[in-house]
This record gives sequence, C-alpha cells and structure tokens, in this order.
Amino acid sequence: MSELTLFLIKLAYLAILWIFVLSALSVIRSDMFGARIPEGARAAAAKRDARPPKPPRARRGAPTHVLVVDGENQGERAELAEAPILIGRGPDAAIRLDDDYVSTRHARIAASGDQWFVEDLGSTNGTYIGNVRITQPTTLTLGTQVRVGKTVIELRK
Amino acid sequence: MSQSGVIMEFVHRRRRGAELFLLVLALAVGVGAYAAVGLGVDEEVPADIIGYGGWLAALVVVAHVVVRFVAPYADPVLLPVVAALNGLGLAVIRRLDLAEDTTFARQQLTWMTVGVALFVLTLLLLRDHRVLQRFTYTSGLAALILLLLPLVPGIGTDINGAQIWIHAGPFSFQPGEIAKLLLVVTFAGYLVLHRDALALAGRRVLFVDLPRGRDLGPILLMWLVSLGVLVFETDLGSSLLFFGLFLIMLYVSTERAGWLIVGTVLFLAGAMAAYRVESHVQVRVDTWLHPFDYYSDASGGKSFQLVESMFGMGWGGLLGRGLGLGMPDRIPRAESDFIMGAIGEELGLTGMIAVILLYGLIVERAFRASLICRDGFGKLVAVGLGGVVALQVFVVIGGVTRLIPLTGLTTPFLSYGGSSLVANWVLVALLLRISDHARRPAPMLVTDDEADMETTQVVKMA
Repeated sequence: MSELTLFLIKLAYLAILWIFVLSALSVIRSDMFGARIPEGARAAAAKRDARPPKPPRARRGAPTHVLVVDGENQGERAELAEAPILIGRGPDAAIRLDDDYVSTRHARIAASGDQWFVEDLGSTNGTYIGNVRITQPTTLTLGTQVRVGKTVIELRK
Repeated sequence: MSQSGVIMEFVHRRRRGAELFLLVLALAVGVGAYAAVGLGVDEEVPADIIGYGGWLAALVVVAHVVVRFVAPYADPVLLPVVAALNGLGLAVIRRLDLAEDTTFARQQLTWMTVGVALFVLTLLLLRDHRVLQRFTYTSGLAALILLLLPLVPGIGTDINGAQIWIHAGPFSFQPGEIAKLLLVVTFAGYLVLHRDALALAGRRVLFVDLPRGRDLGPILLMWLVSLGVLVFETDLGSSLLFFGLFLIMLYVSTERAGWLIVGTVLFLAGAMAAYRVESHVQVRVDTWLHPFDYYSDASGGKSFQLVESMFGMGWGGLLGRGLGLGMPDRIPRAESDFIMGAIGEELGLTGMIAVILLYGLIVERAFRASLICRDGFGKLVAVGLGGVVALQVFVVIGGVTRLIPLTGLTTPFLSYGGSSLVANWVLVALLLRISDHARRPAPMLVTDDEADMETTQVVKMA
C-alpha cells in the first residue's frame, strides 16, 4: 500500500476521532441551552388551563384542602385547587404562619398526577415528615403530618 | 452544597436520540481504529471486522436500550464517550497483540462484555442511588476486606512488584478497583451526615477550622487504614488516588478551603518521608528527573519503559505514525500502564489531546450531574466518581508524559485489565443513575402531558 494511502487513512481516522469529540461537545452545548425555560412556562400555562376540568376527575377520597392542625395558626386552611400552595411567613404564602421557626418561603405542596408532594424550599429549620428532614419532593397522603417550625399541617378531605 | 432551594424553572430534555447519534460515531471511532490497525499492519481490512464490529455494536445497543428504558433522563454524553474510549483501547491492544503475538484484545473484549453486563445490571437493580446511603458502613467494611485480600497467603499474588492481585481459579482480580467505588459511597454517606458538624464545630488553629475528633475520627481511621494497606502492598498509584479522593470529598462537603492546604502539606510531608525511606519511591523520582541516566542496561534499565514511550511520542509528533505503523511494542507492557505512550506514537499529539478531552468530558459530566443533583448524597457520590476518574487519568498520563513521577495505575477504559474495565463500567452506570435522577423534572412541574406524567410517577420517593 502506498505511503499516500496510509497517510490519508491516518488523517481520516484522526478526523473521525475529532468529529466525535466535537459532536460530543455540541451535544453538551445544546444540552446547556436546550434546557428549555419555555417548557416550565408552558407547563404552568397548561396547568392553569387544565385546572378547571381537573376537580371533576378527582376521585372520591382525594384530599381537598391543607389544614394547620397544630401551632400558632391552628385551623387555618388552603384549598388544594389553588395548588401549588406556598407555606411560609412571607406575604405571598397561601398558608401564612406566625411561627418564628418558619422561613419566609418555607415549603410548598404541589401535585403530580393524582399524587401530592411537599417540597422544602431551602428553609433554615427544615421540613419534617415524622422525624425525618426531607431533602426531596416527598409524597403526601391523607393525614400525613408535615412539620414546619413548630407548626404541623396535613392534607384533609 | 446548599439544599435545592431554587425551583428549577426548566426541564431537561431526555436526549436519547442525541445519545444514539453519538454512539454511532463512537462505534465509528472503535471499529475505524480496528480497520486502520489491520490496514496499517497487514495492508488489508481484518477478516473478522464484521463479527468484531457487530459484537461491539450489539454491546453498545444493549447498553443504550437499557438506558433508554430505565434511565431516560440520564446524561447523553457519558455512554458514547466511554464506548469510544473502550473501542479505541481495544484497537490499540489489538495492534500490540499483532506485534507481540499475544491475545490480550480477545480477553479485553470478554471483559468489556462483562463490564457492559454489570453496567446493565447496575442500572436495572439500582433504581435510586440514595439506596446506597444505607450501606455507608457496610461498603466501607467491604472495601477494607477487598483491600486486605491480596495480603492473604494463598489467594494473593505478587505481580510486577505490587501485591494487589487475588487469584480465584483461572481468574486473577485486582480488588482495589472495586474498593475505590465502595470507598466513594462510604465517604459520601458519612460526610453528607456529618458535614455540618465537620464544618462548624471545633477549634480554629492557624486559619484552619479543625473539626472535633469524634466527628472526623471514624472516617479518618477508615481512610488511614486503607491508605496503610496500600502503602504496605506498595501500590503507590492507588494510595495517591485514595488520598486525593478523600481530600476532594472532604473539601466539597465542608466547603473549607483549609482542607486543601492541610492536605497538600500532609501530601508533601508524606511524599518526602516516602522518598527518604522507601527505595522504590527513590527510583521513581530519579527516573522521573533523569530518565536517560537509567536507560541503559548498565544502570539497570530502570527507566527503559519511560524512555521508550518518550521516544515513541517524540517520533509520533503532531499527527502520529498512523495506526499499525509505529513501533509501540518496543515499550514493555504498553497495553496496560503505557497505552497512552502507544497512542501518542501512532495517533500523535492530535490523537492524544482528543483522548484527554474525552476524559475531561467524563469528569465534566460527573460534576455537572453533581451540581444539579437534588440530594446531598448524590452530589457527593457524583463528585467522588468524577474525582476518581480525574485523579486516575492525571496520575497515569502525567506519569507517562513525565509531568510527575510514574506510579502504576490503569488508564480508565483504555488499558488492558479486566478489574479496572469492569469497575469503570459500573462507575459510569452509577453516574448515569445519578444524572438521570438529577435531570428528571421535579414532580410538581410536569402536569402538561400524559407521557411525562407517567415518567414522573416512576420517581421513587424514599
């Protein structure tokens, strides 16, 4: 085989190698910018539109509201239809707690399908289910007691 | 390392199509190298290229399909990069086989099959990486036992001056490779629970907050024992790897830069002491500083391997000799520690930079997964695994290119070596699992379409 052919093979292989490296880089690049912000916005919009027809589909026995069962604000409630529900001391919270151990935006309760989740929003003192501090969105069922600061809340029918 | 306070306003796409596209290119890299080796050595495309390429493609497709089903949001770049490196490694080993009349490539392909099988198994069995946190201490103990096994008379064997192998029947195995994965899990599980205590409680001595003994004690002991075992087995590379790994994870979990200073000082002190006491460390440093003084047989040929690889890289130059056209078989054991020397000779600087970039991509993707991961344990495991790859590549390629003294470690995915290859495939499976978890949309955001809803319900809440 001639010297030239071998040289071309060598160049061709190096080209393949670099095409691979560059395509991997371009996938990473598109992954970075392709993480789409509109998607969230669209999801939110869809949620707003989809919310009204949802309640009729809600099965019997599904929770309808969140109730503060213990603490300063005992008895306060928020309808799940207005999900996601923000819990905290701040003025924009759906359940506003006068509890010194609660952060301004402490936790929130949101739905996925017919399941409800509570998610800690980086609060100082944490959100607890039982005596476990949650670090991930965690499933809530009827009567699961969620503790934020000195307050206990739960889902009710 | 704050908890996931920010609400993610975007959703990662699955990118499985991009992964498939990259995998096809990765196959071209692997099979192309195999064909180029045949053309270079025998002037013809190897006869078994269909079977070989088919087998490689089957392995890659199986891995891809499994990822598609059980980790749909996993990082799209990791698997192709690993497949390309493994394919290139196979071709280079095959090229050395042709020159030296050995059958390492065949065995390596078998090990790759085992590796992919374990990769698939890990993804199938481990649906949630947080399960591993339960095995913090168990895996620490297992790592210690694995590290001690080579010292047991009867199953431990001394190969090339380092007692790091065990024999069971016809198989020999290097337990340290599995131990590094177990140690990552142990360190992560321990540090994620104790990082607040480690970072905040304790006294300040010379700009460094020293943690209390009861917080750092257990993990320090565990680490010292594993390091001691390795030093006793004269496995320099692995000792360096574990030392660095511990330091990285301690730094990342406590956010105290003081650890890096303490670690560097400790490392320098330890290295100086080792240089004074251990004769084989002296040899390594001397051959690093003055390789040509130890090249000839008269001086024992201690740096023969290193110098031959330097000759090879020098001869290779910018574009290399071309696959199959160099003389990498002049380097003793070029298929394991010195595979980068062979690549530098036949693919030149251009090829070598591409390979190093690919390793960089693996590390970057690991750190990326760690950044976006929602739980502390996953973050630390991802950092640890990325750190392992980074350190290992640095130690080995740095040694081969004479940037640092040479210490024996395998080049991940390229080198011939079953234990290393299998362990690294499992490492990638763990990374994919964590990145799948991290990139999956948070449950509350996805309510718009039915298909997405189903996938989010697969999220297991511990």
